[in-house]
Amino acid sequence: MFNLPARFIGTLAAAAMGASLAMSPASAADDTIKVGILHSLSGTMAISETTLKDTMLFLIDEQNKKGGVLGKKLEAVVVDPASDWPLFAEKARQLIEQDKVAAVFGCWTSSSRKSVLPVFEELNSLLFYPVQYEGEESSRNVFYTGAAPNQQAIPAVDYLAKEEGVERWVLAGTDYVYPQTTNKILKAYLNAKGVKDEDIMINYTPFGHSDWQTIVSDIKKFGSAGKKTAVVSTINGDANVPFYKELANQGIKAEDIPVVAFSVGEEELAGLDTKPLVGHLAAWNYFQSVDADVNADFIKEWHAYIKNDKRVTNDPMEATYIGFNMWVKAVEAAGTTDSGAVIDSIVGVSVPNLSGGSSTMMPNHHITKPVLIGEVQDDGQFDIVYQTPGLVVGDEWSDYLPGSKDLISDWRKPMACGNFNIASGKCGGVTN
Amino acid sequence: MQFIRLLSALVLMLGIFHHTVEAHAQTVDEATLRPLVQALAGDNFDDTTKAISDLVRTGDTRVSALLNALGAGDLYVSKADKSVFLGKREGTDYVATDPVTGAKLAPVPRSAAEKIKVNNRLRREIAAAIGGLTLMSENAGERRSAAEAILKTRDPESIPLLDQAIAAEKDPGIKALMSQAKAAAILNSDVPDAEKIAAITEVSAGNGRDALGLLTPLEGAEGPVGEAARSAISSINSELAVWNAVQNIVYGLSLGSVLLLAAIGLAITFGVMGVINMAHGEMVMIGAYTTFVVQQVIRATAPGIFDYSLLIALPAAFLVSGGVGVLIERSVIRFLYGRPLETLLATWGISLVLQQAIRSWFGASNVQVGNPSWMAGSFELGLLTLTWSRLWIIVFALSVFAILQLVLKKTMLGLRMRAVTQNRRMASSMGIRTPWVDALTFGLGSGIAGIAGVALSQIDNVSPNLGQGYIIDSFMVVVFGGVGNLWGTLVGAMSLGIANKFLEPFAGAVLGKILVLVLIILFIQKRPRGLFALKGRAIEA
Repeated sequence: MFNLPARFIGTLAAAAMGASLAMSPASAADDTIKVGILHSLSGTMAISETTLKDTMLFLIDEQNKKGGVLGKKLEAVVVDPASDWPLFAEKARQLIEQDKVAAVFGCWTSSSRKSVLPVFEELNSLLFYPVQYEGEESSRNVFYTGAAPNQQAIPAVDYLAKEEGVERWVLAGTDYVYPQTTNKILKAYLNAKGVKDEDIMINYTPFGHSDWQTIVSDIKKFGSAGKKTAVVSTINGDANVPFYKELANQGIKAEDIPVVAFSVGEEELAGLDTKPLVGHLAAWNYFQSVDADVNADFIKEWHAYIKNDKRVTNDPMEATYIGFNMWVKAVEAAGTTDSGAVIDSIVGVSVPNLSGGSSTMMPNHHITKPVLIGEVQDDGQFDIVYQTPGLVVGDEWSDYLPGSKDLISDWRKPMACGNFNIASGKCGGVTN
Repeated sequence: MQFIRLLSALVLMLGIFHHTVEAHAQTVDEATLRPLVQALAGDNFDDTTKAISDLVRTGDTRVSALLNALGAGDLYVSKADKSVFLGKREGTDYVATDPVTGAKLAPVPRSAAEKIKVNNRLRREIAAAIGGLTLMSENAGERRSAAEAILKTRDPESIPLLDQAIAAEKDPGIKALMSQAKAAAILNSDVPDAEKIAAITEVSAGNGRDALGLLTPLEGAEGPVGEAARSAISSINSELAVWNAVQNIVYGLSLGSVLLLAAIGLAITFGVMGVINMAHGEMVMIGAYTTFVVQQVIRATAPGIFDYSLLIALPAAFLVSGGVGVLIERSVIRFLYGRPLETLLATWGISLVLQQAIRSWFGASNVQVGNPSWMAGSFELGLLTLTWSRLWIIVFALSVFAILQLVLKKTMLGLRMRAVTQNRRMASSMGIRTPWVDALTFGLGSGIAGIAGVALSQIDNVSPNLGQGYIIDSFMVVVFGGVGNLWGTLVGAMSLGIANKFLEPFAGAVLGKILVLVLIILFIQKRPRGLFALKGRAIEA
């Protein structure tokens, strides 16, 4: 999806539809608080992001039923950045400058987040980012409610090593920044745990890769060296379907070579015949099958709102839910929607998450979450086989990468620094 | 690992015990069995593993069925009194049976019970445990999976049991599998070297890749065993190298046939008519969605004929995509003949409209297109694993190609098409209604793209973006093969597929694709009209 024609398509789409889809009403009523929603509704990422737009509208609706925030109703401003990364920055600027939104909830890919980051910092606005990502970033204006690598990848690898006795690792991913950084961290982590380089195979494929014959047969070959082998998959989006189909067709079962995925959730499985996948794993901070009252209520209300009880819930939806509630609580604590005041008041804010506990915003603008490992069931849901005993704090600068080992982030005053180097005692300044 | 080995040893010893006394159909009393079953609902997987081994140790005839139920996820534990029961989902309740006595219990509401969690490790333990219990089973399938389970665990303690089973086995296939399992177990034990060397010979006669997995740990061994292992490994490796080349060719043909399917419709609209149709990929996508709709209808009305759904979808997809193609040609493209840039932009716009229309209609997520049973699974050819779906697609692509050649060469429509594209004014003077031929040709190209969509729905995911992934590759194939020549498209698709597959193992999927693109650019520099250039006046138009 990053090749030139796709970009060109995106630009055309933007030109053709961008203006008409920006459903922002021009009249700014003073008795409402505006909230920006910046998710792609067309283009390649629409498959994942449309659900989050609906989730936000649902959450705003629920909040308004409770009386809104600070006595004012919330008003959603939806724009469509059309899966086009530069357009994300334009749309973000439009939301902040023209529509004067109090906060923006949005982005999915890291490329889109990197694209809007300078805009939010320049205009001093707030972005809540609800998707698991590669870490190595901390901005004063961004709140990362999805998982950092230590809240997803590392516990998953630990589970496989301990429970399944895995000694040989295939790190397979799509060729872009999230898989590459995650795999770099995982490789350093595995090496630190005594796994030799010859027992790690790293493989990258282009976006939307559909011919997996060679790679699956390579994995089979790699797995036949007499040691228990597992695949750690950071394969993104659409490419997963043909990958799992090829695995099943070539007769690789989860009992032989399990695959643990970080980008496959309930929503992705909805388009798949899951029978051949049973037993393969995914690591997330939330599954629809979580057995908690708060989750059952959320699913019920969501189905009622979307008027379709077949719609699934997934991890980025939960991250959106947490981020939204944290923003509401921080605004109420600050008594204003002013960005600076909210940034000061949100650290330490704790809200219920959907797995029965609560999540807290940490000074590094990441949150605490439990980590769950689930096995795919034949009904497209996950059976949770492992849960971390406590909450895991999101670690923005990985402890396993040489460049970021010494960095920490703390946005509380007086430090207010996103990349403080504990070795040199200096703040790096530029935040990403 | 030590623990697991010990456990399997126990399991297998008990298996022997079990079978030698089977005549008595040993049954322990309920009071002994109940707490063991109860222990399956342990706090963690280690507890459950221990409970499994305890159960197997009883040698009771009910254990095998019980473990099967555990593996299938049919054992539940009630939240109230922590009792374990066999459950079957029915509405909001579980129909409950007592796991020990088999007596029917009162239904349990779903919220009041929890499934006993089973992960991959437990499933392996269960398979091994059941394997030990069923090695002498009456049922050939059970004996086969028992031997397979031991081949995986390679437990030395199973050797005597295997000897017994091999002696009694009549089916040569299962017997060979058992000998493999025995050899694997021997390699994992500390028997004298002579026996190990015999086992190495035995193992290396079997499936090369599995043998490699068994022999690699011995590679560094001292003395004659290490030597035998090393020479066996090197001979297997050289055999594998040959098979690798064969595999690359077969996989290349398979990739090539997918490219051919995607490109062959374009070879008509772009190659023959000269229309740069950027909406070609969307015709493929519409074909895939037609398959989905057909399958939905079949699922709802006649689930019995699901295996034939693709055969029904083929004409439907041809008609739908072809119809859309004719519509596009009549409403847009016919006004733009001879203006390639405008055609490019207009068809690009159409492709976006079609994508968004499908997205609004069916939703942005993937839709689920099922595989008929004859497309699932794989078979082994030497050391090569071929999947049925890929094989059928190769066959299908070639048949589509052959049929299209027939249509173009042997039918009146084909004759007119060729006449119009070769010399429009002459054809017109001969009384051919060229506008209708244009529309039909475009419809034919689009219809073929539609049936390509039926095939691609089996290996790729069906989403509104399906077509985008193929449009660049399709143009690449047509340009490389030579515009206006179907044979060129065939050879072009196959050579690109094979080139890709030979480059992929060395360069990786990403770099491999880039290299192929660079090679094509260089090739086009040398031969601007592709592999098979059309000669004569045809090209001037």
